Amino acid sequence: MSMRAENVSWRAGGRMIVDGVRLDPDPNSTVGLLGPNGSGKSTLLRLLAGVRATSSGVVRLDGVPLSELHRKEVARRVAVVEQHVTTEVDMSVLDVVGLGRVPHRRTWTGPSAADDAAVRSALEQTRMQDRAEQSWHTLSGGERQRVQIARALAQQPRELLLDEPTNHLDIRHQLDLLALVVRIPVTSVIALHDLNLAAMFCDHLVVLGEGRAVAAGSPAQVLTEELIADVYGVRSAVTPDGPDGRPSVRFLPFAHAPDDVRAF
Amino acid sequence: MSALLARSGGWGAAVLWGGGLVVLAVSVALAITFGPSDLVVGDVWAVVAEHVGLGESGLSQLRGGIVWQLRLPRTLLAAVCGAGLGVCGAIMQSLLRNSLADPFVLGISSGASTGAVLVVVGGVGAGMASLSVGAFLGALCSFALVLLLTRAVGGTTDRMILAGVAGMQLFSALTSFIVMSFADSKQTRGVLFWLLGSLSGTDWFTVWLCLSALVLALVVCLVKATALDAFTFGNDAASTLGVSVVRTRSLLLTVTALLTATLVSAAGAIGFVGLLLPHAARAVVGPGHRKLLPTTALVGAIFLVWVDTVARTLMAPQEIPVGVVTSLVGVPAFVFVLHRSRKPR
Repeated sequence: MSMRAENVSWRAGGRMIVDGVRLDPDPNSTVGLLGPNGSGKSTLLRLLAGVRATSSGVVRLDGVPLSELHRKEVARRVAVVEQHVTTEVDMSVLDVVGLGRVPHRRTWTGPSAADDAAVRSALEQTRMQDRAEQSWHTLSGGERQRVQIARALAQQPRELLLDEPTNHLDIRHQLDLLALVVRIPVTSVIALHDLNLAAMFCDHLVVLGEGRAVAAGSPAQVLTEELIADVYGVRSAVTPDGPDGRPSVRFLPFAHAPDDVRAF
Repeated sequence: MSALLARSGGWGAAVLWGGGLVVLAVSVALAITFGPSDLVVGDVWAVVAEHVGLGESGLSQLRGGIVWQLRLPRTLLAAVCGAGLGVCGAIMQSLLRNSLADPFVLGISSGASTGAVLVVVGGVGAGMASLSVGAFLGALCSFALVLLLTRAVGGTTDRMILAGVAGMQLFSALTSFIVMSFADSKQTRGVLFWLLGSLSGTDWFTVWLCLSALVLALVVCLVKATALDAFTFGNDAASTLGVSVVRTRSLLLTVTALLTATLVSAAGAIGFVGLLLPHAARAVVGPGHRKLLPTTALVGAIFLVWVDTVARTLMAPQEIPVGVVTSLVGVPAFVFVLHRSRKPR
């Protein structure tokens, strides 16, 4: 009874961007997607959301392939928060969160009582209820991401997909936002760059390298010095010093200067 | 800046639209009384009443004719064009996510001008009717070309605007080439006047045609109003909100292109209406399309009725092309919109 990706692949211009990835998150868990730039994290999230169609493999919701569902049905189950969205339209926070009700509304009917209740509850969960009338353009980066999460919650999804939602945020807002994501009772798949934040907040990690899932498991199983060297090409020291004995990653300087530098 | 009526319930919008319709009707009646031959609003009502079978107007046949055959169709066409261009502009701004988009951004007006000059120079048929057909076909050609170009260069929204610029340049060049090479000065003057937008010399057939196109397009756009809201944060965001992006976008682009082409072939390319009035309407009812589209239509209709009245009376008996007046009003307003759309911080 949940979202499952079975060997999904996506090809563009003769290159495999996502190559045979399996993903089967436990209900209400938080899954972190790790990997270097260009490893296919964003594309995998788009495949999970059904924004792109898979080249091969299938994404299922409760066993039904996404391709057999109407976009509206998918949007009532799966909500997406992108890393950085913009608009030129002058919108209030309430307007933006209200967009989350689009998949629930019929054509040419105004917002129902259920719509209003969902929007109010989403604002409360993200603690943005006092900002409802404020213009979206006057919000800080962290507040904008909170509002996008509120919009996603107004969709009343069971799966929430987040693509590097903490990019460009200061550390306080990064912690704040991830604590919020973990707190809300939905299955979350979240692409992240910061290995320590991933270790702190995720129940399960999947590491992508060149489109393939190269490791998967609990943070302690996945985040090892060998894997970080393999996937990112950097040296690190991993200790179980994080909260609840979770792994803590400290990066080490290059052991020796790379060859091309030494030439000088 | 928060919209005045964005939060009001269904009644607020209904009152606004009801009031708007009354203002529009009074504007039309008043506008008709402007100009030579001393008509008053009562005469206008009387003539209309007579034609729908409610008693005698008591006006002479000449003055009755001025109302029924000249000024009423012209004023109604102004209202329909204002409403239609406003709605098309609002749709384009939302779909292309660009607050400076207008109904002509995909090259429709320049295609129409090429079609029109071809008809004038080639001497195919005669008079306004064939000019309009030529303009309509030219508009559709340029729209099709821009769509093909967009597809060829990647199909994204930004690319579509660039393809529109390319199409616009191409058809403007073609128009200039044809005018320079083949037209005499009298023909050129006629074409130029029409290109700048003119509501003169219209008839009831044109009014009904444009009104039907407007009503059809408005119904389709209102059915898609909620989907249009979903495009606020881009195509992918719309898709994750349950909108079939390609289908919705194709439908709305086609409908607005057809309506724009119809209006342009009836009244020329009246600029700035489609660019500015959606912003005015947004300031009143907020960004939600369910309220925005009808409000834009009403504001556009009232606006163009008065602009046309100014255009035909300001330098009477000489008539200023209505497009010139909208541009004179429009440029300062355009600067205001640019100023407002600066990114905060």
